Amino acid sequence: MTFTTVAAPRAYVGSPRRGPLTRLLEDERWLAMLLLLPTVALLGLFIAYPFVKGVMLSVTDARVGVPGHFVGLQNFVNVWNDGIFRVAVWNTCAYTFVATVFKLALGLWLAVLLNRHFRGKAITRAFILLPFIIPTVLSTLAWKWMFDPTFSVINWGLFRLGVIHGRINWLGDPNLALISVIIVNIWRGLPFYAITLLAGLQTISPELHEAAAIDGARAWQRFRHVTWPLLLPVTLVVTLFSVIQTFADFQLVYVLTGGGPANATQLFATYAYQIGIGTGLLSQGATISLAVFPVLLLVVIFQLFYIRKAEVH
Amino acid sequence: MIEGAIWRRWAFFYVPLTSFIVLLLFPFYWMVITTVRPDGELYRPWNSVNYNPFWTWHPTLDHIRDLLTQTLFTTWMLNTMIIALSATVISLFCGLLAGYALSRLKFPFAGSLGTVIFITYLVPQTLLFIPLADIIRNFRLGDSPWALILTYPTFLIPFCTWLMMGYFKSIPKELEECARIDGATRWKAMLFIIFPIAVPGILSAGIFAFTLSWNEFLYALVFLSSPEQKTVPVGVTSELIRGDVFYWGQLMAGALLGSIPVAFVYSFFVEHYVASVTGSVKG
Repeated sequence: MTFTTVAAPRAYVGSPRRGPLTRLLEDERWLAMLLLLPTVALLGLFIAYPFVKGVMLSVTDARVGVPGHFVGLQNFVNVWNDGIFRVAVWNTCAYTFVATVFKLALGLWLAVLLNRHFRGKAITRAFILLPFIIPTVLSTLAWKWMFDPTFSVINWGLFRLGVIHGRINWLGDPNLALISVIIVNIWRGLPFYAITLLAGLQTISPELHEAAAIDGARAWQRFRHVTWPLLLPVTLVVTLFSVIQTFADFQLVYVLTGGGPANATQLFATYAYQIGIGTGLLSQGATISLAVFPVLLLVVIFQLFYIRKAEVH
Repeated sequence: MIEGAIWRRWAFFYVPLTSFIVLLLFPFYWMVITTVRPDGELYRPWNSVNYNPFWTWHPTLDHIRDLLTQTLFTTWMLNTMIIALSATVISLFCGLLAGYALSRLKFPFAGSLGTVIFITYLVPQTLLFIPLADIIRNFRLGDSPWALILTYPTFLIPFCTWLMMGYFKSIPKELEECARIDGATRWKAMLFIIFPIAVPGILSAGIFAFTLSWNEFLYALVFLSSPEQKTVPVGVTSELIRGDVFYWGQLMAGALLGSIPVAFVYSFFVEHYVASVTGSVKG
């Protein structure tokens, strides 16, 4: 008598219990529209609108509380002729390039080390990600304290090791400040590279390595001809992703040097902040922050091209 | 393991790995040791004699006590918690729905909309903060938590959507089709069949979103001005420095305590977290 509980088959379409709303939501297009509504509304209001507003600000002479008039490309001309902006262009490019090269090389090295089997692997991996997850400004403060001109523990260490004899003014010396800032950026970004590249390494089948080893390939050759080509797609995506973040970096420099000494570490973001928020020249600040856009555009085009190519394969 | 002699194992594995770990973790050790070190020991020049910077025999909780009683630190913690949780919930809600629509439903412009959301994922805050500051001012949201609760989702939603899309794609379509054949509406199949299976993905996205909003600095710095409205990263870096004087003991105590919620969440969900970090860049 167990069969009596089975319900009689009901007609699927036109069931009396379905209201007009339910029927509307059966249509994929309407359901999709409803589901996407909150996302589109928020992103439109706080990404698309500010972007358009930023472009509009850049062609006016608006200040805080003053709407301003149309001035054409005057802001762009001003910015282009601005000596500090040119310094910022150079600094930002050097900062991005050097930091990215080191993060990629060291991150790859660390990923290869972590890809081995050893005791305590899980906990090591967990600890290595710490610089990435701890709030950047807070860990950067610790670095600022380590770079302190009078009480620097780094100086103490180097002095004891006999590397230096006088003190090094890590953040106060214009020639050293950019290097110091880059070191902190590498320290913070390295774990992200290492962990994502490690994930990429783990998808490579060990049998490929074994086959190469049987054919007589040495460790370096196996890395060069087996691991690297297979890892390249992940590497590219991670690098592009990180290039944008590094190019637009703000908090690290803001906390360590504030762009100083004498603009030696001034980046686009810190300079835009100084002009747009600090002095209230909204239009000029908006123009400077638009300098990030060409790089963003290049990366986006490259990504789209790359993804499309990957989809074809 | 590396083949060959033991010295090779040391030279190519143990020594580099240990150096990496020490260099990556030293600043945190330095944060902790500074927090518990009395001022008298803290401000000794680096080249003074008989000075051991890596240890203290007189640990003190003075800096932490001062931080909790004489500053607005607890208020900032509470502000940050409220803002981070609200922004995470909003972003998860939006990202979950959008991710489902983009990965499961067929509708016109689905592909291009996915691309647009992917592009917004790449947009850095630096590009938008000046016009956004103006918009926040015009909306009269300035100096209130709402300024951040509403703007943080702009960098969290694209990420959540992206992550959820990947997760939904890994759930077999047949599961949903079975439910539909059994008479469930599309809506119900989504809500009661697919979403419960996606809980690990939701958890990953949520943890990542929480830490991202806890760590955010630029928007919080620009949109908030009064000391009692600030978040931890902004409060610690701006309010604990009086004039030009850095009270390093208190600053490091603030940095340490301010990192604890994130570290706490992280320690419980390491695997989810690693999954979301790696998932965040996978196509």
